[in-house]
Amino acid sequence: MSTDVNVKIDALAGVDPKALPLQVKDLHVEFRTRNGIARAVNGVSFDLRAGETRAILGESGCGKSVTAQAIMGILDTPPGFITGGEILYRGVDLLKLPESERRKVRANRIAMIFQDALSALNPVFTVGFQLAELFRKHRGMSRQDAKARAVELLDLVKIPAAKQRVNDYPHQFSGGMRQRVMIAMALALDPEVLIADEPTTALDVTVQAQIMALLAELQRERNMGLVLITHDMGVVADVADQISVMYAGRVIEEAGVNDIYASPAHPYTKGLLESIPRLDLKGHELSAIKGLPPMLTNIPPGCAFNPRCRYAQEVCRQDPAPPLYQVSPSRTAACHFWKEVKGDE
Amino acid sequence: MSDVVLETRDLVKHFPLTRGIVFKKQYGAVQAVDGVNLQLRRGETLGIVGESGCGKSTLARMLVGLETPTSGDLFVQGKNMSKVGAEERRRGRRNIQLVMQDPYTSLNPRMTVGDIIGEPFEVHPDVVPKGKRRAKVQELLDLVGLNPDHINRYPHQFSGGQRQRIGIARALALNPEIILCDEPVSALDVSIQAQVINLLEKLQAELGLSYIFIAHDLSVVRHIADRVAVMYLGKIIEIGTEDEIYDKPTHPYTQALLSAVPVPDPTLRGLRDQIVLTGDVPSPANPPSGCRFRTRCWKAQDICAEQQPALEVRDKSGHPSACHFAEVRDVVHATE
Repeated sequence: MSTDVNVKIDALAGVDPKALPLQVKDLHVEFRTRNGIARAVNGVSFDLRAGETRAILGESGCGKSVTAQAIMGILDTPPGFITGGEILYRGVDLLKLPESERRKVRANRIAMIFQDALSALNPVFTVGFQLAELFRKHRGMSRQDAKARAVELLDLVKIPAAKQRVNDYPHQFSGGMRQRVMIAMALALDPEVLIADEPTTALDVTVQAQIMALLAELQRERNMGLVLITHDMGVVADVADQISVMYAGRVIEEAGVNDIYASPAHPYTKGLLESIPRLDLKGHELSAIKGLPPMLTNIPPGCAFNPRCRYAQEVCRQDPAPPLYQVSPSRTAACHFWKEVKGDE
Repeated sequence: MSDVVLETRDLVKHFPLTRGIVFKKQYGAVQAVDGVNLQLRRGETLGIVGESGCGKSTLARMLVGLETPTSGDLFVQGKNMSKVGAEERRRGRRNIQLVMQDPYTSLNPRMTVGDIIGEPFEVHPDVVPKGKRRAKVQELLDLVGLNPDHINRYPHQFSGGQRQRIGIARALALNPEIILCDEPVSALDVSIQAQVINLLEKLQAELGLSYIFIAHDLSVVRHIADRVAVMYLGKIIEIGTEDEIYDKPTHPYTQALLSAVPVPDPTLRGLRDQIVLTGDVPSPANPPSGCRFRTRCWKAQDICAEQQPALEVRDKSGHPSACHFAEVRDVVHATE
């Protein structure tokens, strides 16, 4: 018999089993480019409990994917540099670990699903080979045993005729099936935390529904923590427990899913929710957020959202940026006028 | 019937699949669009929805003349575009303009905004006399909410939403009556999407345009469309007014599609009647016999494999639906 896969053979020093599976504290990431320094992430913090789904919601360029890359340790350096903060896995600061130790965390304990499965999979190896590689490198299994595990995994993510499909190349799968392969790969080593970066953005709605249902089922079975990075407010409403809304590299609102949709406390969150077409707005103008998100090389002083905000006052235009105010014991919002924003609906 | 500005009759586009180089032999065809009948009335917005590969973009390309139909007829303002001469066809095309999906690749990076928007006048010089073109371009920029002084800038100096406005200005240059929008907002962020949708609605009211609005985002289509056609594997499987399609869908595919759209309201979680389809869309090179949806349909019977259901009004539906067992089903969906 082969090694029992449930034993984490890549032991990691200093792990406290009682600590949270993932904590991000005051993370800062910047990109040093020819056109100046782009501050992509400016002090992002969040906690993730086992079995919980945390959505990180934001538009393109808000720093949500960079946060994920920093957690996984796959940030392109240079130009990207982590300039501050901590990323804790069960109490161990991943940023202080040497690369050889970090490798034990990646896929084993924290795994990731990417948006575009076709470019994330290697086109010149069969999916079976790529799945088996995980078991061979991380678990020291033989080729044969690893291949058998690969078939089991494809079965797990409900790919029909897994035994035959294991020898197919990524291009022979459809978009939805490819995303299933990605999920299989991420779950192969039974991680405690899964980061899904826009897992269904490239898929059609009927396939999206299949993939989200599969993810939810696997998460429940394994009591896994899920960080869901997305811009789709429908998907978030469907699956998230906690939500962090990001704008220009900052978390500007954090709350439980029901609170945010019922009464947003930040003008940006409110604007996003109002710009979704709804039935009662048919024939009316949508209330769009005016203007554009700021350039990350040139974030306005004070609150980054102030040039687009209808609540903005003089205080919003001046540094320091508004802190995360405690709106209720379980939620925060980075707006000086959160009471007005929350109250006038 | 004079208010019908555009009509298609049995429009078909098959892309041949060939083998061999010297002795080329056709062994099959991708049936991208297979018999589409549509009517667009003056001033209305017709939404076309469907998943990738259903043929909605090929249909759009045929309507603007970028693709020649394999068979079938296209009437623009009563004129059959496949029968008239080249010169008249060229003039006819002026009336249908296209707004493309990706504002990052559909604008030439080496041309200034003024040249991009003014290029249609080179093809159709009689629309605006030479000396007045620059003024006309500035007028168009103003119309779509851009600063007319930016006429000499290049596309990279604009954001995604602004570029889509440039694309819209270019489509409006020849004073068309029909604008065909192929996924005009899907490349944009939510907050910018709303700005562009508002602009499109404003232009329609001001200029009396007719829109064909192709999108996969069902809530956007519901917001903007008067009538909606649902496509699956090259065929229209259900068509009706926006209320009929969204509130009383009768085709199983429409029902599944609507139920799959996530609702931005967490209080409805678990309460929705969600239909999760199994499997993928079959290849359009080898579509299933009979009803093309039968391989994924939970209602499928023997008759579905033998007989292709016609797009017609059946007893209980009230609007045309291509299903032998068409029946109204209330699906709680994205916009309730």
